[in-house]
Amino acid sequence: MRKVTFPHMGHSYIAFKMLMEDMGNEVILPPRPSKKTLDLGVKYAPEFACLPYKILLGTYLETAAKGMDTIVTSGGSGPCRAGHYAHLHQAILRSLGHNVDLVCFESPKKHPIDFYRKIQKLNSARLSIRSVIKAIKRGWHKLKALDHMERLSHKIRPRELKKGTTSKVYRQTQAWLDEARTHEQIAEAEAAGVKAFQDIPQDPNRSVLKVGLVGEIYVLLEPASNLEIEETLGHMGVEVERSMFLTGWTRDNLGKGTEELASAIEAAQPYLPELIGGHGRDTVGHTVLYSKRNFDGVIQIAPFTCIPEIVARTILTKVSKIHNIPVLTFFLDEQTGKAGMVTRLEAFVDLLRRRKQYQALEQAAPT
Amino acid sequence: MAAKVGIPRTLFYYVYYPMIETFFKELGVETVTSHKTSRKILDDGVREALADACVPVKVFFGHVQALKGKVDFLFIPRVVCLNGKTIYCPKFLGLPDMIKHSLDGLPEVIDTRIDVRDERFAIWKAFYSIGRRFSNSKTKILVAYLKAKKTLKKYQKLMLEGLTPEEAMLALQHKKQRAPKTGSISLRFAVLGYPYIVHDNYISVNMLDKLKSLGVEVITLEQVPMRWINKAKLKIPKDMFWTFSDRVLKSSYHFFENGGVDGIIHLTAFGCGPDSMVDKYMELKSKEHPQIPFMSITIDEHSGEAGMFTRLEAFVDMVRRKKEAMADA
Repeated sequence: MRKVTFPHMGHSYIAFKMLMEDMGNEVILPPRPSKKTLDLGVKYAPEFACLPYKILLGTYLETAAKGMDTIVTSGGSGPCRAGHYAHLHQAILRSLGHNVDLVCFESPKKHPIDFYRKIQKLNSARLSIRSVIKAIKRGWHKLKALDHMERLSHKIRPRELKKGTTSKVYRQTQAWLDEARTHEQIAEAEAAGVKAFQDIPQDPNRSVLKVGLVGEIYVLLEPASNLEIEETLGHMGVEVERSMFLTGWTRDNLGKGTEELASAIEAAQPYLPELIGGHGRDTVGHTVLYSKRNFDGVIQIAPFTCIPEIVARTILTKVSKIHNIPVLTFFLDEQTGKAGMVTRLEAFVDLLRRRKQYQALEQAAPT
Repeated sequence: MAAKVGIPRTLFYYVYYPMIETFFKELGVETVTSHKTSRKILDDGVREALADACVPVKVFFGHVQALKGKVDFLFIPRVVCLNGKTIYCPKFLGLPDMIKHSLDGLPEVIDTRIDVRDERFAIWKAFYSIGRRFSNSKTKILVAYLKAKKTLKKYQKLMLEGLTPEEAMLALQHKKQRAPKTGSISLRFAVLGYPYIVHDNYISVNMLDKLKSLGVEVITLEQVPMRWINKAKLKIPKDMFWTFSDRVLKSSYHFFENGGVDGIIHLTAFGCGPDSMVDKYMELKSKEHPQIPFMSITIDEHSGEAGMFTRLEAFVDMVRRKKEAMADA
């Protein structure tokens, strides 16, 4: 039996695990990225590869030690270098004596036959095409439910009465969804999750700031890589809206594309009319949109040396000035410490809060 | 009075300047280039560009500032794809936007987009839209474009024969023939890296001259014929999708597999995204071919001459000793 693993990216592993198991593979679950994962990655990765690259390499090395023999991941055609990551990971793993197989999915739009072959490669249970499609649909349903839970947690965390309740409920709903295996069970778990979130005691009078989170997909989606920035902000009384979820990204890249992306591209047009790979253009576009929706601020998070985000950051200075919205950027690498980040966030949030008070005063007493 | 178009002496300058110059000259437009990279240009760039950007981008910012106020137009085209296969680094794609949104008081920026995957004759169309700013005659623009293309061919041929971009540009103007070689040549190195790093003497800390003074003949990317590069193709799991990186990596594969050089040096800039991949592939490949010594040198805005020279000397000594030992054996 194939022993597969895949990148650990937020909660998506719960859905991928079910999909891979349904197709008859044994899943070596990628552990949540830890100090050990990163240390392993840093040791063998190129020095200037970005943080996601190092975390993934560490994840693969950890799972390889547990007997993993197949990596399932996605490719890409540039200009972001992530398109090469899978192959270089494999080359490095081989040079270290781990002879792992690689199933790297490219865009099914451009390479449909290649996509079909790779699906068949993973189809250890010899399911019919129809069953495979059904399994994928189930996985998709689960992923959507998981994203829904995460959105709710962002909304409720800054308003909770007792600090930590939301995170606890969030973990609980993830466990429920992990156990659900059919469409009915997933729907049931999702409904139970929504109910659990609604039952959290909240303070309706608290003044909550709204901050948009933009940047590179991996560090946005994997809390272990961004030092739980969403949770930290939530506890400071900030409601976070993240510009990217895995379901949205998949629709943008494989399906028709969401309206959200279309409007982000349109908003970025005056500043960055070109697709520069990664999420550089989305970062600029979403910042403009957040400012139009009267958000209090925007936080950009990106891995150190991430090319598209560097371009975006250069342009954001101007966007921030023109649209009058404060922007804070974190370039994350293996040296980033949580305490330093929290201090910067606290300062930023204080600044936003005071800015909001002044604006309220000015509106109350126009001179 | 003729309009003045400013062309920063970095990035694409080393690859396409003679072509651009001919094109504008035919249209009666004066081209102005910035001076060679200097401490001041680099400092200006470092001040304005984002700290996380790579040295070449910072240098570009410096060159643009040096041209500011002296020209009517700035020529920063958005070059996306020129060969139908590979594109350029994201920083190149976003270059005009980065410049426009971080520097104030700039002259008009010519940021025509060039992508040959869009339509047929895309390069001609791009040149036509540039030419339209200065001339109404389509024939005149066409003639200028064809002449520019011819110049580019000549220029590339000269570089293939072993001239550096600077020497080739002089040769094109029939000014000076190449300087006589100094010292006795005993070794041949391939110095692989992007033209705007290898041929910019300031940021490469004079590396090519240093190597020459140590008695090393240098082969750079421009001297690697396309047919060698195309041959090396099938041996890489997935082509690099950036043009320069693709050429660097394939050239290195060529030299590792076919020899012809005594050593390979990869010259790269700190924080260069594509190079983090390229360098690792080269390193893995060099382990398969231990007979050719390989060294990778990273430069940034703080590179010191002494440190670099020591490393080069050590590497050259090592390669020379190895070669002598092999000859004796």
